[in-house]
Amino acid sequence: MTAMLEIRSLKTEVVTSEGRVTLIDDINLELAAGEVMGLVGESGSGKSVTGLSIMGLIDKPAQVTGGQVLFKGKDLRNLSEREIRSVRGNRIAMIFQDPMSTLNPVLRIDTQMMEVVHAHEKISKQAARERARDALGMVGIPSPEERLSAYPHQFSGGMRQRVAIAIALLMSPDLIIADEPTTALDVTIQAQILSIVQKLARDKGTALIWITHDLSVVAGLAEKVSVMYAGRIAEQGKTADLLRRPMHPYTNGLIASLPAHNQRGSRLKQISGTTPSVANMPKGCAFHPRCASATQLCLSPPQLEPVEGRLLRCFHPVMEGASS
Amino acid sequence: MSNRLEVRSVSKRFSRKCGLVERGAEFMGLKAPNPVVRALDDVSLTVAEGEVVGIVGESGCGKSTLGRVVAGLLQASEGTVLFRDKRLQDLPGEDAEAARLKVQMIFQDPSSSLNPRQRVREIIGAAPLHHGLTTARELDDYVSQQMARAGLDPSMASRFPHQFSGGQRQRIGIARALAVQPDMLICDESVAALDVSIQAQILNLFLDLRKQLDLTYIFISHDLSVVEHISDRVVVMYLGRVVEEATVEELFSHPNHPYTRALLQERPSLDPVQRSFSAIEGEIPSPLSPPSGCHFHPRCPLAMDRCRIERPELRTVGSRHKSACHLND
Ligand SMILES: Nc1ncnc2c1ncn2[C@@H]1O[C@H](COP(=O)(O)OP(=O)(O)OP(=O)(O)O)[C@@H](O)[C@H]1O
Ligand SMILES: Nc1ncnc2c1ncn2[C@@H]1O[C@H](COP(=O)(O)OP(=O)(O)OP(=O)(O)O)[C@@H](O)[C@H]1O
Ligand code: SF4
Ligand code: SF4
Ligand SMILES: [Mg+2]
Ligand SMILES: [Mg+2]
Repeated sequence: MTAMLEIRSLKTEVVTSEGRVTLIDDINLELAAGEVMGLVGESGSGKSVTGLSIMGLIDKPAQVTGGQVLFKGKDLRNLSEREIRSVRGNRIAMIFQDPMSTLNPVLRIDTQMMEVVHAHEKISKQAARERARDALGMVGIPSPEERLSAYPHQFSGGMRQRVAIAIALLMSPDLIIADEPTTALDVTIQAQILSIVQKLARDKGTALIWITHDLSVVAGLAEKVSVMYAGRIAEQGKTADLLRRPMHPYTNGLIASLPAHNQRGSRLKQISGTTPSVANMPKGCAFHPRCASATQLCLSPPQLEPVEGRLLRCFHPVMEGASS
Repeated sequence: MSNRLEVRSVSKRFSRKCGLVERGAEFMGLKAPNPVVRALDDVSLTVAEGEVVGIVGESGCGKSTLGRVVAGLLQASEGTVLFRDKRLQDLPGEDAEAARLKVQMIFQDPSSSLNPRQRVREIIGAAPLHHGLTTARELDDYVSQQMARAGLDPSMASRFPHQFSGGQRQRIGIARALAVQPDMLICDESVAALDVSIQAQILNLFLDLRKQLDLTYIFISHDLSVVEHISDRVVVMYLGRVVEEATVEELFSHPNHPYTRALLQERPSLDPVQRSFSAIEGEIPSPLSPPSGCHFHPRCPLAMDRCRIERPELRTVGSRHKSACHLND
């Protein structure tokens, strides 16, 4: 069986006045139909760039410079602009981190949603509008009929996020890349969105990449998870396994900083040091300046290798989870 | 001790402006009246000096609207907002401006609150320069400090907002607000886009500033563990109204209102077991046509006849604990 999505050694760089800068490198992942993968990692670690690179939507001057993006066995990087446009929004949809980059501030919601439908399917205005309304209702927008004729600024932050989700669902795509789609949503509405998404994966075989910093969402939703650090995958494996027993020192630190693992009102544990800047990556393992287990060895770059049923990029894996 | 902030019976309604023809049609009964969103409905709230008040509630319940009214960015339809017992309108112009500057809001949606054509140095540095908090000569250093404090690499000061990641943009917003040295911050989902480690860094920064500078916070968040961690007191909103408020210990250990209880039950956990997420019971109510009586009644497992008719008042149910539910009678 061919995978729904297979990413091989994806690399994206940006050319600036300071020279060539690598934003992401050596990204590998595989996703079958109906499978959900969580993509987590520090702010600035390259999650959005990865999503955008898969979609072929990365903005100049940044550019995908290597690797393959196989969607149902076909490399999207070899498609013409016209071909990719008929795939995008139709078979593959992306929910952007910033809902306002999907939404046009001067157009009514119904106009925008119907445009998406009509770009890929010839159906009547009436039918397109109904589909738009149903999609809004599905993501928990109350009074969807009345809200259809509103403008984006008349929605709350979380409502705009849900409109962006509704737009991605309009064409029942085979693959959805969702970039922090529920950050502004409270638990009840988040649960509703996640239940829709779970159903899509189960019933329609939709494959999902769910980019989030919220480990509890990943815990409940995704069977697999990739943890990114500094533009590379640090650790990848089965969610249950990985969260219970993180082996990469970064993943381990991430779990220890959860507020739930700390005492109220006290300072939270944070991973010491600061996130490296893309223009100024530490040599060797990019995590070494912040890593308590670092040794001389870590000044050379570790490779992503299979360890105990997962993939790990570290010379000195954590053997007992500090999180539990 | 005086209150840093008092919000007194504030309501905010949004209605779409309609043209003459539309209004005529409405008048002659040819068209349904324009929908009015009741974003805030008689909200009262006090925040003591140096206190951290968390505001939680479903998406669309009016949290940002409340924040914007307090920050003076929106005019309330009814009610008053008092800072240290005074309305800003009653202060002489200069004092009002100074008082307003002391209250800063960190916006929920960082991208639309950052000017895409300004470099970060300008975004963060313009206001402090204008208000004399730094000098042109020291501006670069000043901006660098603000950036570093918010966990941003100061060497990125000459970049534009779109060259940052989502979480980095959120921190630009935080740095900008802190740069004018406010004594009250309204944080609207300010750590929502941040991973836990950077979230911890920012929350620690807020806690430190509170100790050092006696900052007062209104902390809007849908993340209950964050609110529990940082707040002294928590206000729960539902469809434009305050339904419960209590100290953080009290609220999390003895929630009174059925909505609060439902909210706490939904708290996600890190249990790495695949859960089946379930949709909320009952229909999500609309602020365009809020349910009668208690707004929560269509979804409340304990609703009685009375709940459909009569609005429950926010009443004291314990020490520093108020709730708006008929069950407390
Ligand atoms: N157009 C660009 N030009 C230069 N650098 C960029 C550009 N876009 C992103 N970057 C940089 O690439 C890095 C990765 O960004 P990305 O948006 O993928 O992060 P992320 O993991 O999605 O973070 P967040 O959780 O904060 O959204 C960041 O350091 C960012 O500053
Ligand atoms: N400018 C506006 N015009 C019309 N309606 C508005 C406007 N701003 C907000 N609203 C409406 O007011 C209600 C409350 O919005 P608000 O942004 O305060 O919600 P919120 O509690 O912050 O939600 P979220 O958690 O999703 O950010 C929503 O129904 C929204 O559609
Ligand atoms: S390779 Fe070395 S520095 Fe990198 S995470 Fe592992 S132990 Fe730490
Ligand atoms: S007043 Fe009635 S409907 Fe409202 S929360 Fe209490 S019991 Fe439920
Ligand atoms: Mg991102
Ligand atoms: Mg809001």
